[in-house]
Amino acid sequence: MIEAIDVHFSYPNRVEALKGVSITIKDGEFVAIMGQNGAGKSTLVKHFNGLLKPSLGKVRADGVETTKTSVAALSRNVGFVFQNPDHQLFSETVEDEIAFALKNFGFAADVIESRVTWALNLLSLTQYRKTSPFLLSGGERKRVALASVLAWDPKTLILDEPTIGQDHEQKEILRQFILQMQTQGKTVVIVTHDVEFVAESNSRVILMKEGKIVADGVGKDILTDPALLELASIVLPQIAQIFTKLSPLGFPKNIIDIYEAKEIILKAWESRTQK
Amino acid sequence: MAVIETKNLTYTYPGASKPSILDVSIKVEKGEFVLITGPSGCGKTTLCRTFNGLVPHFYQGELKGEISVAGIDTLKHHTYEMAKHVGLVFQNPENQLFALSVEKDVAFGLENMGFPREEMRKKVDWALNLTGIYDLRERSPHEISGGQQQRVAIASVLAMEPEIIVLDEPTSFLDPLSAEKIFEVIYDLNKKQGITVILVEHRLDLTAKYTNHLIVMEQGQVRFEGKPREILSSEETRLIGVGIPKATLLYEMLKKDGLNLSDIIPLSSEELADQLLEALKPID
Repeated sequence: MIEAIDVHFSYPNRVEALKGVSITIKDGEFVAIMGQNGAGKSTLVKHFNGLLKPSLGKVRADGVETTKTSVAALSRNVGFVFQNPDHQLFSETVEDEIAFALKNFGFAADVIESRVTWALNLLSLTQYRKTSPFLLSGGERKRVALASVLAWDPKTLILDEPTIGQDHEQKEILRQFILQMQTQGKTVVIVTHDVEFVAESNSRVILMKEGKIVADGVGKDILTDPALLELASIVLPQIAQIFTKLSPLGFPKNIIDIYEAKEIILKAWESRTQK
Repeated sequence: MAVIETKNLTYTYPGASKPSILDVSIKVEKGEFVLITGPSGCGKTTLCRTFNGLVPHFYQGELKGEISVAGIDTLKHHTYEMAKHVGLVFQNPENQLFALSVEKDVAFGLENMGFPREEMRKKVDWALNLTGIYDLRERSPHEISGGQQQRVAIASVLAMEPEIIVLDEPTSFLDPLSAEKIFEVIYDLNKKQGITVILVEHRLDLTAKYTNHLIVMEQGQVRFEGKPREILSSEETRLIGVGIPKATLLYEMLKKDGLNLSDIIPLSSEELADQLLEALKPID
């Protein structure tokens, strides 16, 4: 469980990036934090593994206050994948990159071997095992960064913009994986602008603006509220856009799922043809 | 007139075991808005790097086949000679920004081309305003957010007013509303000034509506090329993992179930909503 209690944070010489954020994320939740560039999303999640410490207020990860422990100790339980993979990657081969943290955490050699193989396979990177991460495409480097954190199987996973540079299929794999983590009682927090990815994921959605939380609820309600989305500089998901335009026909507006959309339209069509 | 033409272009990075682009033959006409998409690692970025000669001059490796950009053989001319014809916005803005202030970064290319101070000022201000970063002009490019850095990278290329702009996932760090505004700016420059645009994107939901010329790559090769409405409605395109716009997918699901929608395949939610309003309008 992660708890933030009235967290304020200021970067040196800069405006306050967080202005009193309180939030509780329970074990097994899947949370998407969304909002404009500069809203404080990345700043907030960097508090969850102690990379940043609050100027005021408290952050607790599994009951332990982040100011009273080290980032190294916290990261065993809270894995963090950065927005820009180049801030994270440094090893000579993809394999070494993924094995690095496992070695640091003191896993046995055979465990390291099997975890590396598992992570490579999960993220379709097996063919690049011996390749330098810097020879890979942007999207592939992003997956190496993700693999290196998934490999040590943290209890909580924080992903900053995980879908950048990923094609449709990779996004689908990522989504399935997040759902699987949830079923194991693990917590996943993503920071993202990818409204379609969130719309398809059925996650809890938190909107931020100027260092504060402005909305917290289920995707179906938040992602279909144009006034809220404008606050956070997000556009409606495509399905919601279609249903907003169909409201003259008496259709509900809060639809984000393509299959639900299909059912509603077909039903309306049948009742029309029966007349 | 073709502004970009490649014939059987094949390129292998130094030390790589197989080519990153293989036998690519494409033709881009002046004033076109071309969208390139395809699975991660399919060679999109590498192809873009051939357009201003970064491949092979900077990256080395082995390039075979022919390529002509703005009438110039990039193999025989250096990247700096290409710079006034082709502006390339990189995927990762940090690879592009280096000056002490945003303004200086945007002015850099113009300085190199020897523009008079007054004219340079005008062009820089124009580009800063267009991308919405005028207020950031005195900040360091390294203390601003990833999304803001992307705007700086785009502004530096726009300021040069090249004939061809190549943008490699230029708004990936931006929030959707800001991304949409940037795409509108680029579309407007394409329409009004006839600048040729090559855009690499995965998010066809946002961008398919701007183009008449779609290129889908897979494993270094061009798999499909042509009109987006035809390509995005084909089963094969879906199979190689291209993200089809939701409006297009829903249209097809509905048609399959017998809804009599128009034969024009929608690429955006507006287009599909209009068709549905027509098909479902109340019977008097």
